[in-house]
Amino acid sequence: MYKILSKVTLAPTLHEYVIEAPRVSKRCQAGQFVILRIDEQGERIPLTIADFDREKGTITCVFQEVGKSTKQLGSLNAGDSLKDFVGPLGEPSHMGNFGTVVCVGGGVGVAPVHPIARALKENGNEVIGIMGARNKDLLFWEDKMKAACTELRVTTDDGSYVRKGFVTDVLSEVIAEKGKENIAMVIAIGPVPMMRAVSNLTKEYGIKTIVSLNSTMVDGTGMCGCCRVTVAGETKFACVDGPEFDAHAVDFDEMIRRSRIYKDEEKKALDKYTSNCSCSCGCGGGK
Amino acid sequence: MTEEKKAKKVIIPNKHPMPAQDAVARAKNFDEVALGYDEETAVAEASRCLQCKKEPCRQGCPVEVYIPDFLKLVAERDFAGAIKKIKEKNALPAVCGRVCPQENQCEKYCTLGKKNEPVAIGRVERFCADWERAQGVQVPEIAAPTGKKVAIIGSGPGGLTCAADLAKLGHKVTIFEALHVAGGVLMYGIPQFRLPKEVVQAEIDNLRKMGVEIETNAVVGKFATVDELMNEEGFDAVYIGTGAGLPYFMNIPGENACGVYSANEFLTRTNLMKGYKFPEYDTPIKVGRKVAVLGGGNVAMDAARTALRLGAEESWIVYRRSKAELPARHEEVEHAEEEGVKFAFLTNPTRIISNEDGWVTGMECLKYELGEPDASGRRKPIPIEGSEFIMDVDTVVVAIGQGPNPLVPKTTEGLETNKRGNIVADPETGATSKPGVFAGGDVVTGAATVILAMGAGRVAAKSMHEYLMNK
Repeated sequence: MYKILSKVTLAPTLHEYVIEAPRVSKRCQAGQFVILRIDEQGERIPLTIADFDREKGTITCVFQEVGKSTKQLGSLNAGDSLKDFVGPLGEPSHMGNFGTVVCVGGGVGVAPVHPIARALKENGNEVIGIMGARNKDLLFWEDKMKAACTELRVTTDDGSYVRKGFVTDVLSEVIAEKGKENIAMVIAIGPVPMMRAVSNLTKEYGIKTIVSLNSTMVDGTGMCGCCRVTVAGETKFACVDGPEFDAHAVDFDEMIRRSRIYKDEEKKALDKYTSNCSCSCGCGGGK
Repeated sequence: MTEEKKAKKVIIPNKHPMPAQDAVARAKNFDEVALGYDEETAVAEASRCLQCKKEPCRQGCPVEVYIPDFLKLVAERDFAGAIKKIKEKNALPAVCGRVCPQENQCEKYCTLGKKNEPVAIGRVERFCADWERAQGVQVPEIAAPTGKKVAIIGSGPGGLTCAADLAKLGHKVTIFEALHVAGGVLMYGIPQFRLPKEVVQAEIDNLRKMGVEIETNAVVGKFATVDELMNEEGFDAVYIGTGAGLPYFMNIPGENACGVYSANEFLTRTNLMKGYKFPEYDTPIKVGRKVAVLGGGNVAMDAARTALRLGAEESWIVYRRSKAELPARHEEVEHAEEEGVKFAFLTNPTRIISNEDGWVTGMECLKYELGEPDASGRRKPIPIEGSEFIMDVDTVVVAIGQGPNPLVPKTTEGLETNKRGNIVADPETGATSKPGVFAGGDVVTGAATVILAMGAGRVAAKSMHEYLMNK
C-alpha cells in the first residue's frame, strides 16, 4: 500500500498529493510518470511526476478531477492509501545545457512542467516559464514555478489574474522579445488543444518544441499498445518511447480521436458514481 | 504385471469426454468452459493407461512429469499420492492441466494413442490439482536455507516455476512483477473462461507459503536495473522471464484508428482489469457489432471468443492460410466454432477504413491461395491479385504475435540479445552472456507456450542452483 502523506486542494477540483513510494522516488527523473490504482476495482491511472523527494522517499502528483476515477481519487485524504503505485515509467526528459528554453504549462500541465523547468535551470539553462489557466482559481504553484524558472510569466484566459490571454499569446511575446534564433527549445505540457496550439505557433518560427503526451494507457510498460501515437508517420508507444515527443511531428488529430475512445463509458461511470453519492455536495464521496 | 493380467485388460478406445458448459450459454458468460472430470471419470480415464515401461509420454512433456506413476495412483484412488507425484516435477498442475497443448506433447506419444485415443493425461492432471485445491494445498518440503538470494524478473509461468524450484532448494527468492498482480500471461492473457484466475491465485499463494516473496508494481529496468539488484540489493543470481510483452502490428494503413486493439490490450482490459464487469470495475472495454481478429493462434482464438462474450454479434478469425495451418490448439478452434466464431481463411487485410471520427467502419482484404512450402514448412500464402473486398467490421483485434519486451535487455549492460531483441541464453542451462544472470521462456525463444516457459524455468533453476552453490 502506498500512503498519501499530505493532500493540498489547490482549487475545488485540483489536488496535490504527496505519496510515500521510496522505490519510485529513488530513481525517478523529470519527465517520467507513474501509474496508480485506487482500489481493487480501480483502473490504472497514469499521472506525471510533479515533484519528488529522494530523502523522504516521496512522489508528488497533481491531478484534476475529470471522470469517475479522478473524482474518487480526489475524495481520498491524507492518511489514506493507494492500492498500487508503479514507476518511474517512460523516458526522462532530455537534459543538457541548451541555452534559453521556454517551459509552457497550461492548466494542470504546470505540475509536470515544474520538475523539467527546475532540472533545466540546474543544467545552466535560462528558463522562461509561462503558466496559464482558465481563471485565477485554477492557477497553482506560482511560487514553485518562480523558483524553478529564471523568469516566470503568468496569464489567465479570462483576465482574472495578471493579464488576459492564452499561453500562446505570451509565447508570441517572448519570441518577439528574445528573437526566435535565441530560443533553443520550447517545452509545452497541458491539454492537447493547448499543446497543438503551441506547436502550430512554434512551427512557424522553426523553434524545436517538445510535448508530453498523456495518451490512454493500461500497463504503461509497452505491453498493450493502447497509447500508440503517430509521430513523423511512425507508430510510437507513448509509455515507453515517450511520453515526450517532437511536437511538430505528432499527429494531434489522431491523438485527440484516440483520447475520446471511451468517452461514452467514462460518462456512464461518472453518472453511476455521482448518482450513488450519499453526501449532498455531488462530489461522489459517498460512493 | 503378469502376461495373464495384461491380456485381461479391456481397452476403452476413446477418452472419457470432458464435461463442458453448453456452447450457446457459455458464449455469453466468462465462466470456465470445461468443467473437469469427477472422481469416477478421472479414475476410469487413468485406468486406461497401459503402464508401459518405456513411458514415451514423459519424453513429450517439457517438465517430464511422472505420468504413468501419477495415473496409476489415480486409478488406485490415491489422489493425494497422485498430486504429490505430479508436483515433484510440475509446480503449476492446475494451470498445465488446463492450457498445455497436450495433444502435441505427452498425449502425442501415448502408446495407447497409436491405435486408439491417447489417455487424457491433461484432464486427469487437472482433476488431481483441483482435488488438492479443494482439500487445501500442501506446502512442499523446503531445504535448509542456503543464504543465497535470487531475483526473478517476471511472474509468468517460467518465473513461477524457477522460483518454486529454487525455493525448494533453500534459496531466498524474490519475484519482481511489473503489473499489480502476479501471474503474467496467466493473469492478463489467458481468459477466465479457459483458466479461472482463482486457480492461478491458488498456485501463487502456494508459492508464497513456500517463502517466495513477490514484489508487484516493480518494473525492473525502471525502478532498479539488473546490475543494481545484484550490486546494491545483494541478489546472488537473477532469472529474467519477462516474456513476450511487445505487441506486433500489421503495419497497414488505418491501424491506429479507434476500435483497433492489440490482442494484448484487448485481453488485458478484459482479464486483468475485468473490463467485462464494467462499470463495477472501472476499466472499460469496447467491442462493436462485428469484430475481426487477425491471426490464427491460441491468442487469436481467445480474443475471438472473448469478443462474443463481450456482446459482439459476429466475431471473425481472419487468417491468411487455411484451416489446416491454424497454429491454435485443435480443442480451442473447436470450442470457438461451437460458440459461433466464424472463420475467414486465406484472407488478409490490406488497410483499415475509418469514418471521420476515426472509428473503424471496415477492412479491405485480399484473398490468398497456398503456394509451395516456405521456411516454416507450411505452404506459403500468396495474395490473389484483384481479389480485394471490404469486410464489414467495426472492431479489429491484431493477434499476429508478440516480441520480447525490451525494458530489461535495454537497461542491462553486457546482456547479449539477437536481432529480434530476444535474450541469448544457453538452452541447456539458461545462462546468458552476463555472469549470474539467467533467462528463459518467451523472452529467449519468442512467443511459445506456458509449458515450454515452465520447462525453461526449471532448466535454469537447476543450473542456477549449481552456480549459487559454487559461488
